Amino acid sequence: MTATPASVEALLETVDDGAVAFDGFRVERAADDYALETPDEEWTGLAADDLADALEPLSDYVTNWRYWQRSVGGEGTARRAFLRWCERAPLEVEEVGDEETDAYPSVDDPLSVPERYDALRDGLDREWGQLCITARLVDDADDDPAGERVYDLWHVDDAGSDLADLEVYDDPRDAREIATYDGDGRYRPLKTAPTLPSGWAFTGLSGGELVETVEFFYPATVANWHRELRGTLDVDHWTKTAERQTGIYDVLDEMPREGVEWMAEACCVDSQCLRRREWEFDEDDELDVDGGDGPFPCREPCSLVVAAARKWTILESEQERTYELELTASEYNQLAELIDAVAEGRTDEIREADVNDGANRYRARYLRAKRFDEEGNLEAKRIDD
Amino acid sequence: MQALVIAAHGSHLNPDASDPTYAHADTVRETGAFDEVREAFWKEEPHFREVIRTLESDEVFVVPLFISEGYFTEQVIPRELRLEEWDPEKWDSDGTSASQVTLEAEDVGKTIHYCGPVGTHDAMTDVIVQRAESVTGDPDVGDGVGLAVVGHGTERNENSAKAIEYHTERIREMDRFDEAKALFMDEEPEVDDVTDYFETEDIVVVPLFIADGYHTQEDIPEDMGLTEDYRLGWDVPSDVDGHRIWYAGAVGTEGLMADVILERAADAGADIGDAVESVREAASLETGADPEPSAEPGD
Ligand code: SF4
Repeated sequence: MTATPASVEALLETVDDGAVAFDGFRVERAADDYALETPDEEWTGLAADDLADALEPLSDYVTNWRYWQRSVGGEGTARRAFLRWCERAPLEVEEVGDEETDAYPSVDDPLSVPERYDALRDGLDREWGQLCITARLVDDADDDPAGERVYDLWHVDDAGSDLADLEVYDDPRDAREIATYDGDGRYRPLKTAPTLPSGWAFTGLSGGELVETVEFFYPATVANWHRELRGTLDVDHWTKTAERQTGIYDVLDEMPREGVEWMAEACCVDSQCLRRREWEFDEDDELDVDGGDGPFPCREPCSLVVAAARKWTILESEQERTYELELTASEYNQLAELIDAVAEGRTDEIREADVNDGANRYRARYLRAKRFDEEGNLEAKRIDD
Repeated sequence: MQALVIAAHGSHLNPDASDPTYAHADTVRETGAFDEVREAFWKEEPHFREVIRTLESDEVFVVPLFISEGYFTEQVIPRELRLEEWDPEKWDSDGTSASQVTLEAEDVGKTIHYCGPVGTHDAMTDVIVQRAESVTGDPDVGDGVGLAVVGHGTERNENSAKAIEYHTERIREMDRFDEAKALFMDEEPEVDDVTDYFETEDIVVVPLFIADGYHTQEDIPEDMGLTEDYRLGWDVPSDVDGHRIWYAGAVGTEGLMADVILERAADAGADIGDAVESVREAASLETGADPEPSAEPGD
């Protein structure tokens, strides 16, 4: 494949205005000749006519320059960094914050231009939460400009599926609808819950469209990932978030510290949310619960957690009491199994006839029939001190 | 580069609450007037807290998709957007006259033009009228017809009633409908007694709400006696006490709302070209083509 004249022409024009140095490729103009450099080779004293010839076998470098500097642009933006990440290009990220970052989940083994072009010809896969992104070169070699990338996007569970078996989309906005319900048709108020349904694919997206689509699936994750990379992720810890609240959420700063622990364990673990909790109880007061290994940083309690915290703050203001109730040992164990099954979202999986499971529906109905009174309350006696 | 952010309430429980926000955002996107258009929510994602950082533009116009000035527009949104210099005084509003104030979002260093809510913009009056046109399927509706603008009304936020009364007064001044009344759910005059307030046989009822939900799809239709049980639905029009009630559902779902959003941004200095004209044209085509003869709950 040769570099199309358009790419070379654009490059030559740029070189006449100054040097081109990009992704290990360098073209410079001296008084009346040119110097050219790749990581493997070097030419000097090239006459203007020879430069175009010398560039011909380097078309990957030329089109790579063109794609990033002309098509993508946006130097320093999260969009550009994300697209670079998609093809494992070196990230050009300038760390501006003073915090050391471990740059997660960034440039594992950046690839050189020829390596990337080899990979892009086959399609280069990356995972972003439950999304699988494939970057590839535009199929049609006659397309001008050459070297343009397109992106496909689907659910990681569908990575092995035939495109013909998936619902195919090309408008980023369709992602809003897909992300609204889980596989059982239930509303997903938390976009980073690991419950994204499968069975769809976006194909042939431009870089801009890809980022837009990802943003509809996982809002603000690209921006915060980029900030984390640069060491400028601003984290608002629990106390700061709680104190900021007004109106009905004004009570949040009364939530006991251990309640915040339980809440983080209930909501912010990997099984419930793909974000990695970076917020703590306070700046120098870490929660015991692990923040998880999610790919996206969570920089402050989300609206769902804030809404739930209001409920828990109110519940935690109640006094503990002692109750006396009659249960067999098995019934007592059954209560624990019921709570566990609901907490793990396991109730749908319990088979109708599996009466060995304490959370089986018939077992639960039997317990209710036996231990609830006429009003539908669990029969128990409160023992006040 | 300039960006538009439509700031709405959203819901953790009801996926339809954000539909009008998405629909209007898409309409604005299609005009191409802004380099970037984003929906942002209090209860959904992207949250107000994070939306500005997802933008590349340095000039950002934030239009609250709310009916009245009050708790959300004066406290919650500016606080969550980190508009440090914000003070409600800067709007210098009497409750319905907020236009815009230019501030900086502290976490991103971008210029934010924080606009008044859509609900109090003058163009909203036209949306209410358009809603009456679309529900009756009559572009000339008015003669022999009464119009009721319905609001929540509450002791806590006097501005909520002000917005309703403001538009009702403007509609009255148009002299288009035989009568125009402001009615409320939680205060006098109440929407329950809608027929007591009108002489005209035909009454168009337009709730000044952003999204269809519990109030507009359950409470109000039942309170007015359109239906015994909202789940059974109701006819448009429905006969109640010798009147014909044309119940419109939330005004915020009307296509012309995108126009109000654009006007808000334009008032704040956004360069929107002929976007308003194209939205108006599209909205009037919509009305002429396909009036909705009946409404089902959950539509
Ligand atoms: S607060 Fe917890 S549940 Fe909410 S987004 Fe962050 S990690 Fe996820």
